[in-house]
Amino acid sequence: MVFSYVPVLALFLLAGGFAVFSIIAGRLSGPRRYNRAKYDAYECGIEPTPQPIGGGRFPVKYYLTAMLFIVFDIEIIFLYPWAVAFAQKGGATVFLFVEMVLFIVTVFIAYVYVWRRGGLEWD
Amino acid sequence: MSPAIAHVAAALLPGAADPTTSFPTPHLDYRALLPMLIVGGVATLGVLVEAFVPRGKRGITQTVLALGGLVAAMVAVVSNTSIRNITAEGAISVDGPTLFIQGTVIAVSIGALLLIADRALASDADFAAQAADVPGSAAEQASVRAGFVHTEVFPLAMFAVAGMLLFPAANDLITMFVGLEVLSLPLYLLAGMARRRRLLSQEAALKYFLLGAFSSAFFVYGMALVYGYAGSVKFADIATALSSSTHGDPLIIVGLALLGIALIFKLSGAPFHWWTPDVYQGAPTPITAFMAAGTKIAAFGALMRVLFVAFGGLSWDWRPIIWGVAIVTMVVGAVIGVTQTDVKRLLAYSSIAHAGFLLTAVGGITVGTADSESSVLFYLVAYGFMTIGAFAIVMLVRDADGEANHLSRWVGLGRRSPLIAGIFAFFLLAFAGLPPTSGLWAKVAVFKAAYEGGAAPLVIVGMLASAVTAYYYVRIIVLMFFQEPAVDGPTVLAPTVFTSAAVVIGVAATLVLGIVPQPLLDLAGKAVPFLR
Repeated sequence: MVFSYVPVLALFLLAGGFAVFSIIAGRLSGPRRYNRAKYDAYECGIEPTPQPIGGGRFPVKYYLTAMLFIVFDIEIIFLYPWAVAFAQKGGATVFLFVEMVLFIVTVFIAYVYVWRRGGLEWD
Repeated sequence: MSPAIAHVAAALLPGAADPTTSFPTPHLDYRALLPMLIVGGVATLGVLVEAFVPRGKRGITQTVLALGGLVAAMVAVVSNTSIRNITAEGAISVDGPTLFIQGTVIAVSIGALLLIADRALASDADFAAQAADVPGSAAEQASVRAGFVHTEVFPLAMFAVAGMLLFPAANDLITMFVGLEVLSLPLYLLAGMARRRRLLSQEAALKYFLLGAFSSAFFVYGMALVYGYAGSVKFADIATALSSSTHGDPLIIVGLALLGIALIFKLSGAPFHWWTPDVYQGAPTPITAFMAAGTKIAAFGALMRVLFVAFGGLSWDWRPIIWGVAIVTMVVGAVIGVTQTDVKRLLAYSSIAHAGFLLTAVGGITVGTADSESSVLFYLVAYGFMTIGAFAIVMLVRDADGEANHLSRWVGLGRRSPLIAGIFAFFLLAFAGLPPTSGLWAKVAVFKAAYEGGAAPLVIVGMLASAVTAYYYVRIIVLMFFQEPAVDGPTVLAPTVFTSAAVVIGVAATLVLGIVPQPLLDLAGKAVPFLR
């Protein structure tokens, strides 16, 4: 029974070995040309801005938008299996419809709150 | 239906891939669910009130709405007393303990809401004007001057109540997790809303959130392992799976342990109690009262349902653990409480000790003995009311910059304000379990249940811990009544109607249950056992 785990062990060894091999091979074979960009947090071509210099704060206006989007996203994910069940038109069409309306209305109420309290204004 | 969608549907909905299966209408007993629906509905309405009612009228509208909703929910619970029903396709069990705990949660929530309303509507509100402002910044001062008030505390508190109603009623692990989160998330926010000592409050909120999120993760991981063992998250199916095997599988033991960690965290049992003093101290006092009473009641309901209904077959495995947790909890609450100098931290350690006393009854049971279950129910009622009352008094003792929580400020309070100090002393006697208070009968009930369940060592530790806690309660009484007051002592706020009402409810319940405990003991006896 223990032997059935040998492939797992082999995979661990292979993964670890590959990591070690890659690091060593990179050291030995790769060129080393350091410049300022290489010391930045992400080498994706964009300078990381803005910086919280001297205890300053990041503007996080986008967090509200991002959060609202996630709520909306989850709502849509939830709608998919519902739509599949609804499409089969089982014995509970009215029930299914009412339940989903209740769900959407509840989420919508949260959006109404955000809208009325100025959460959708950028500045 | 395209093959791809059918494939997704098959993964998400068992049976959906087969076009001949129809989706059955789930059976929902709306009458049994009514208390939860009312409170959840009122919370949602509260969000709309925040959106549309002009600022000046929000506070009073929210207060009326929330109190009305809680009273309506209480009426619904009382009118449901004969219901013993597992509904919502087995997801929610509305049985005796559920109804009893829901009634208790609603009753203490009414008390807590009176305190919240009092401190939210007062001119020197206890809640931050604009929680998003940086503490000490110009923006914060501007918000205070503009007279902003976070009336969102009402819908948030109501969502928390809805979670507390669902948590002990949940009859499968997923519904229980939903209840856990619905009760926890608003509390994380509410803990950070104090107007004074805002950094302390925000620290409390962050600690509570991080540790709470961690304990939720434990719950989910435990749920996954239990599902791996039983093939279901429903309590009835878990019990069936356990009854068909003779020995404990590591999978289910570890799964139960992880679930237990999350639940013991919520009821602040040691060694998962570290958040309690910090959060109780930092949170606005009305919120502390609310979570100290409500969360503990709901969490004990949930713990008992998990242990007795789902994992009754494993009781020989979890009993020693509960024993150990009970002993450590009692010792920690009693011993560390002695060194406290802040009244809210002291009450926090007292609440930890009480969790330990309650756990003695849980650990002392042989599954299905009605006595221990009903003794826990009785204790929760007694504890809930005295907690609300005690924190209401803490709210009243004030310095120029808010509450005077340091015990040195309480010296000689009995000379200055005998009535308030007298009521606080009464609640302290109730915490200590001395006559003529409900605390006495509560302790007698749990220790008797524990003793009869064969947990005599727990009873001995409980007695000793009680004596130690009595020491620090009596020390405060001595400090209030038998020492000279300081020259610049704190002022005692004249209680408003709301606070008076909460205090009167607390005193009345503690005194009446102390003199005639039998009717409630009988009621608790009738409420058990759990529906399986």
